[in-house]
Amino acid sequence: MATDVVMPQMGESIFEGTITKWLKKPGDKVERDEPLFEISTDKVDAEIPSPSAGVLKEIKVNEGQTVPIQTVVAVIDGAGSAAAAPAPTPAPAKPAAPGAAVPAPPPAARPTAPAPAAAAPTQAAPQATPAAQRSGERIHSSPLVRRMAAEHGIDLTTIPGTGAGGRISKQDIEAVIAAGGAPAAAPPSVTAAAPATRPTPPPAPSAAPAPPAVSGGQVHVAFESAVPREKMYFGNYTVEPMSNMRVRIAEHMLASKRVSPHVYSVDEIDMTKVATLRAKSRDEFEKRYETKLTFMPFFVKAAVAGLRAFPTMNASLDGTNVILHKEINIGIAVALDWGLIVPVVKGADEKNVLGIQRTLNDLAERARSKKLKPEEVQEGTFSITNPGVFGGLFGLPVISQPNVGILGLGMIEKRPVVINDSIAIRSMCYVTLSYDHRVVDGAVAHQFLHKVKETLENWSEPVL
Amino acid sequence: MAETNGTQITFLEAIKQAMFEEMERDPAVVLLGEDVGVYGGAFKTSEGLLERFGWERVIDTPISESAIIGAACGMSYAGLRPIAELQFIDFIVCAFNQITNFVAKGHYLWNAPAPMVMRGPSGGGVHGGPFHSANPEMYFVHTPGLKVIYPSTPYDAKGLLKAAVRDNNPVLFFEHKFLYRRIKGEVPSEDYTVPIGKAIVRREGKHLTIISYAAMMHTSLEAADALAKEGIEAEVIDLRTLLPLDEETILQSVRKTNRCLVVHEDTKTGGIAGEIAAILCEKAFGDLDGPLMRVTALDTPVPYSPPLEDYFLPNAKKVFDTAKELARY
Repeated sequence: MATDVVMPQMGESIFEGTITKWLKKPGDKVERDEPLFEISTDKVDAEIPSPSAGVLKEIKVNEGQTVPIQTVVAVIDGAGSAAAAPAPTPAPAKPAAPGAAVPAPPPAARPTAPAPAAAAPTQAAPQATPAAQRSGERIHSSPLVRRMAAEHGIDLTTIPGTGAGGRISKQDIEAVIAAGGAPAAAPPSVTAAAPATRPTPPPAPSAAPAPPAVSGGQVHVAFESAVPREKMYFGNYTVEPMSNMRVRIAEHMLASKRVSPHVYSVDEIDMTKVATLRAKSRDEFEKRYETKLTFMPFFVKAAVAGLRAFPTMNASLDGTNVILHKEINIGIAVALDWGLIVPVVKGADEKNVLGIQRTLNDLAERARSKKLKPEEVQEGTFSITNPGVFGGLFGLPVISQPNVGILGLGMIEKRPVVINDSIAIRSMCYVTLSYDHRVVDGAVAHQFLHKVKETLENWSEPVL
Repeated sequence: MAETNGTQITFLEAIKQAMFEEMERDPAVVLLGEDVGVYGGAFKTSEGLLERFGWERVIDTPISESAIIGAACGMSYAGLRPIAELQFIDFIVCAFNQITNFVAKGHYLWNAPAPMVMRGPSGGGVHGGPFHSANPEMYFVHTPGLKVIYPSTPYDAKGLLKAAVRDNNPVLFFEHKFLYRRIKGEVPSEDYTVPIGKAIVRREGKHLTIISYAAMMHTSLEAADALAKEGIEAEVIDLRTLLPLDEETILQSVRKTNRCLVVHEDTKTGGIAGEIAAILCEKAFGDLDGPLMRVTALDTPVPYSPPLEDYFLPNAKKVFDTAKELARY
């Protein structure tokens, strides 16, 4: 029995996903729940497991393509193991299902917890499946490009598109032809090399600005250029397209700065007590719990204390309704080699230092191995970022929407400070709070920061 | 009329010269219409003709477009080569039956060709409102048996009007009134005609083709200048004749640029852009690297209110924006 594999809905506000990598080729055998492909969405990069066992019969959506959720991306022929495959295959986005079911909160005020009241059936029949219907046209090009590809024996799957929405334009294929044509022989290497050395805007040494205006169309209308594009291309350069994640980050940051009037407050925290406690317990902690003790759980706990005291910091803004979250879910920015992601420590207020530390280590590790589940980057109510880890004295972070605040941690270092009219050496740390002034005023923000400071400076909870 | 040795004349003057010279050349050519005689035409396109050619050849008619066209049709059957003026082209539809059922079909049905010209001021942008701004060309482009001309320059206006008078088929000749006094150009002092059914490339380019005609041709050129500053070289084609359409010039250009934008002042639905899109799909599908795009008037009557009319009409900014989108598609 053939099973359709669909683009899963990886979160409530996600409407499309990009297939970044196929892990199986047509003809390959796959086991149920075996990773089948990798996707990238607004929120996460994730491996998608196969919904059933069988043989991958057909790939309908190629790598790099973005399709709406529920689009059939592949077909698995379960002929050999029909018994194993349950008939109506659930969408592989099992984890996302509850999230997907939560309807967008109505503008009207919601009493308390937004219970997923009218949960839509998660297994709604796949809606429009455009990709499936026009399977002969999987690569976004044009009649001209297809004709030129045929005439020159070029495999279009090897050409990166720079047109609108990643379309392969005439200029793109002309560039390939000019470069001697891409033999369809070694597609992977060509694909990999192409972005770095795209010859489209030639590295013209002359003063004449080779106008790449029509060659490299901006994919995203949201990204404006402050100067005419031709002014950016000079001297020697290479052009690298943004990764999907980079684009998502850019969009998110742009949106956040646009909708939220950011205000920044800075405070200085004496971390000596925490630093001493950590230094004293870290070996024993690691021995006992097999996980490293960092400063982060202390900050998370301190933030929890602040959020408990000032619930407007633990909120979202929907129109003119402030949604005060009862859960305290703290997103922690994790730097990746290829970008940034903010996994969420759910129910941070219900965890002790050990629990938070374990969760943090687990989330960070899986973020780096692309094993995060979609719901693990959702439903954050506040976030913390740590520019200090890279040596920053302090940072002024951009709010991660839909939060109203983000705490930025500076570097912890020993500094001379005045205590009771004498100079002492203390472990000091600047912390910054970026907050959305639509919801939070300076008075609350500073009181919140003070609460964080007070909690850390007077730390009393044992960690072992 | 020999005083125009290479000098600049207005579009309006070009019309007048064409009629004058054709009436001088051929005694069978007559002009009839509302106020074309004593008054010299509502826009003064026939000023001086009555004095030169007399009552029998410059005929003031009652206010009845149907009668004007019907009479002209009869004259053409009788051996004359009438030029029928419609004071505002909007009211040509009053003569719709005469034109489509008789003038256009006569040659097919009764071997009765009607060598006549139907001309008049058309187009918007002059705050003329819904009854004095029309672009009704497509009613007639859809009518086999007619030729439809819509020039954009004094040179073409004169050369094409003269060619229309000499053509043995009924020809509709639209004169965009916005151009009458705003556009000047050189015309040769000697007799010349411009071939009917031939478009012309007004500007060469390689990144996309902008196809237009009449007043919008100037708008398109303006946009093309702005596009050039951004490194986008638009080729601009002036159709000049809408029926028969010069497919060859269109196809040649689009096969080079692979992208096509059509700009017309006529409303969108059923405009010539749709026909061009079909031709490109039929004959140049494998040459297209982008969708055909259109910049046209909105699908409403021409508004009275000047701000609304500005919104309704295409302009250089709209052409520029759409062309840019197409170039980057």
